[in-house]
Parts: sequence; C-alpha cells; structure tokens
Amino acid sequence: MGLTLAEKILSHKAGREVRAGELVVVEVDQVMVVDSIAGSFFKRLEYLEATPRYPERVSVVIDHVAPAANLEVAKAQKEIREWGRRHGIRVFDVGRGVCHQVLVEEGLAQPGWIVVGSDSHSTTYGAVGAFGTGMGATDIALAAASGRTWLRVPESVKVVFRGRLPQGVTAKDAALEMVRLLTAEGATYMAVEIHLLDGAEALTRGERMTLANLTVEAGAKAGLVVPSGEILETYRVPDWLYPDPDAHYVREVEIDLFALTPRVSVPFYVDNVHEVAAVKGKRVDQVFIGTCTNGRIEDLRAAAEVLKGRRVAPWVRLLVVPASSQVLEEAAKDGTLLTLLEAGATLGTPGCGPCMGRHMGVLAPGEVCVSTSNRNFRGRMGAPDAEIYLASPRVAAASAVAGYLTTPEDLEEVHA
Amino acid sequence: MPRVWKFGDQINTDDILPGKYAPFMVGEDRFHQFAFAHLRPGFAQEVRPGDILVFGRNAGLGSSREYAPEALKRLGVRAVIAKSYARIFFRNLVNLGIVPFVSEEVVDALEDGDLVELDLERGVLVRGGERFALRPPPPFLLEALKEGSLLDYYKKHGRFPGE
Repeated sequence: MGLTLAEKILSHKAGREVRAGELVVVEVDQVMVVDSIAGSFFKRLEYLEATPRYPERVSVVIDHVAPAANLEVAKAQKEIREWGRRHGIRVFDVGRGVCHQVLVEEGLAQPGWIVVGSDSHSTTYGAVGAFGTGMGATDIALAAASGRTWLRVPESVKVVFRGRLPQGVTAKDAALEMVRLLTAEGATYMAVEIHLLDGAEALTRGERMTLANLTVEAGAKAGLVVPSGEILETYRVPDWLYPDPDAHYVREVEIDLFALTPRVSVPFYVDNVHEVAAVKGKRVDQVFIGTCTNGRIEDLRAAAEVLKGRRVAPWVRLLVVPASSQVLEEAAKDGTLLTLLEAGATLGTPGCGPCMGRHMGVLAPGEVCVSTSNRNFRGRMGAPDAEIYLASPRVAAASAVAGYLTTPEDLEEVHA
Repeated sequence: MPRVWKFGDQINTDDILPGKYAPFMVGEDRFHQFAFAHLRPGFAQEVRPGDILVFGRNAGLGSSREYAPEALKRLGVRAVIAKSYARIFFRNLVNLGIVPFVSEEVVDALEDGDLVELDLERGVLVRGGERFALRPPPPFLLEALKEGSLLDYYKKHGRFPGE
C-alpha cells in the first residue's frame, strides 16, 4: 500500500515511513505568528524560559488589527517589534499584508516543508505543496522553542477537481462546493489531498491558495494540492513529493469544474452552500473584497472586470482590502485600483481587514454583508444578528452594483 | 456541586470568545469575562470553578484562537465533554490542561443545569444515583495532562511525551 501526500511529507520529516494514525515529533521549517496572539506566545516562551531555537524559522506578521485600532493593540504590536529586534526575528509590519499571503510571497512556504501557523487558515500553504497547519499559542510557542512539533499522521480525503472553470465561475466557487460536499466536519483530523486533472492543472498559485485555504472549513488539518502546472515552474519540487497511486484514502470526492455554477455560503455555517440563484435578491449593506481567501491580484482584477464602467448601489459600502502590499502595488500599476475606486470602492490597509469583526467594517445589527472571506459564523463581523454571505469576488462585485445578492451575468443594464 | 453547561453542535471559537473581546483587544486581565458573550450572555458571571461544559458535534471549530479555551480555564473549567472535537480546539484544551472527554452517550444523557460530580482521574461522572464512565484521553495526552499541561511537560522534560 502506497503513501498519501501527507504521509509522504511526514515520513520524509520523521526519517522513517509513517502511516495515518501514528504520532510523530517532527522538525518544522517555518513557525508563523500573528499579532493577535503574540502576547500569549511571548508569555508561553517566558514560562518555558526559552527563546526561538531557530530564529530564521520564525516570522511574525502584524495583520489581524493593522493599523492598531486601540491602545491595547498598539501596546501589543509595540511589544512585537521590540521582541523581533531583540531576538533577530522577522516581523512583517502594518501594511505588508495577510500572514498567509506574505509568507507565500516571501518564499517562506516551500514544497515539502512543514509550516505551523497561529492561524487556522495555515492550511493555505498546501497550495505550494507544504504541509501547513494551524495551531494555538501554546503549540506555536513550543514549536518556536523546540524547533519541533507533535502531529498525529492524518488520514486523507482525496478531492479531485476535473476540467476547466467556465466563464464567470472561480476557484472560490470550487472551494465552496468542496466544503459543501465534505461538510464542516467531513475532514476533521484529516488531510484533504487535492488533485487537479484534465485541465484543472492550469489553476494559478493564487487559485490553489483559495482551495487550500477553505479546506479547514471542512475541519482539515492540512489541505495539500498535488504540485502541477504553475507550481512546477515557480518552485523546486522534490521528486518524492507526490502521493503513490495506490495510497489509501478514507473517501474520494470528484468535482467537475465545467459543470460548476457560482456558489454562496449562507449564514451561519460555511458548509451551508447554495447556488447564488437560491438567495438572489437579498438586500446588501456592505460588500467586502479581500482576505487570505480572495484578496489577491487575480481577485481584485475579477472584481474590477465586473465593476468597470459601473457604480456601486447608493446604499452599499464596498470595502476592498488587498491581501498584501505587493498586491496593492500591482493593482495600482495595472489600473485595477482606479477601476475599483471609480466604481465607488473604498480601500483598506493590506491585512485581514474586517474579516473577524475587530476593526473597520464592523456590521451593525441586522446588516447584511457579502464577503469574499472564509467564515460566516454568527457575530463574526460584529452584531450577532448581522448576516455574512461568502462568495467569489465576481459575485461580491456584482452584488455591490445591484445592491442585492446577484451574479455579474444577471446584472441589469440599468446599472451600466 | 459542579453544574453542567450544555451547548449544541458546531459551537465555534467565535461563539466561545468573539474576536472583538480577544485579550489583544480588551486586555489580558478581562477577556474571560466575555466568554459566550453573544451566544449565552451572563455565562461568564454565573459559571463557577469546577463546572463542566458539554458540547455536541465538532466542538470548537473555526479560529485557532487559544484564548477561547483559555477564557474557560480562567473561569475554572477543568473538563469538557463533547460528541466530537475540531482538531485545533482539542489540542488547545490539552495544551491548557483542560481534559477533553469524548462521549455521545454522556452528552445525550446530560441536561443543562444538571448538578454532577466528576472524578477526572478515573473518568467517572455521577449525577444523583447514576454513574457514567468516560474514556480517558489517549496515553500521549494523558502523560502531558499528568504534568498539568503539555507546556508543563515540555518545561519539565525538555521533550515531548514519547520522544
């Protein structure tokens, strides 16, 4: 019996063949810490009387509330900068962007690596063939102090995406469809191993990041995209970094991209996924385009394509938050930004933005937001009864123009 | 006598501690006062040390925020019983020294407000004349929990259990 991609990476790291169910203690290649838990992280390192064992393998990103929204946050972020200087640790400061986007841009996630991050969406690193997984402050502190972490080798669910996306359908729609099929707990404790076949290999790194990002919404420990296409051109992919043809999977799911239609995740559960048609006409107060799920240049371009020559509805606030400074620069260079601004968008500092309801774009009671983010839990962006609908940048942009949930294809010419 | 606080399925870490009440936002000394602020206002003021939290399926899904279970620990919660756990939440509980029990049967049997006794060591829960057996966590985690938490274990031994 062969090995899955998760088993391959963990075997490689453990220095022996390991299989699902075994416990391993392995070296980690990169430890990612975000600003919102840095205080807990420092406290735990202090308790251990430890400093990072390999300073070059630690990165801190100031992204969750950036720039600082209040005095507490400002103090915490000041402590991060000082600590970084003291220990020679990389700190990506306000405006550099969302942790996962920044690490990938900086080459701090590589095929075959283990990357542990203090953010559940660390599964995103699977887009480049890294075993990325989210952990809490204690695990992250232990990983920084020891250079290692303990993991139970996960079983795997195989998800095969076949064919090409039709015009108007995006990787976000594919990702939401995956979560719908797996359900919110369908991949708990497991790795989701993503195979792109029959044309799906053409998906970009950014699109793969969207897929890997949302695997955690099915409970996954890691979301690994089998390297192909653009990844082979951009990275040095080791020969061993492929699953064996006779590997064992708990379950196999096939998604035909060509048959896919725009999807939306309806409150208050991410796996409550429907065709946009099912909720079309729902009045919208705020539209948010950004996050580690969909704040990349291709996402902003997709939104701009829909918004070109149009204006957002008078009652809608359209917030655009690029995932990184690099994305923002690219959008400024190619005119994407101007298109968005001319349509009535307002711009936020690269980072997590309003995704978790801490600052900027907080929702008032009864408000409705279409967001390109990854969670629509009750109260996540503000008032407990505010509603968050998760969708692609195209659907988000179209909904901003219409003032209600809709697709670009259904936008009436009235708004042109 | 410890009280049971029973919650439903798919309770996420935003429910347990909404992001806007993170220690990072409101200060290290008071964030626990906002546990379940949206879902069950008043919980943090009424819960007593030793009380037991009971969840349905996929307990603690979502954000990896360890300050969610840490708020529970500060309020004196030492054990949680659930039908199943989301992975990061389960790890965080062990890392903080809160014992995560798994039992469909016990979760179904318990009602919110029940008064119970729990023997953490033996995994025995008593409600009135009824006794329920709870399976202890796997050996690796039990070893960590014996020292208090995984943090304490590593601090004492300089390695992970079984290494």
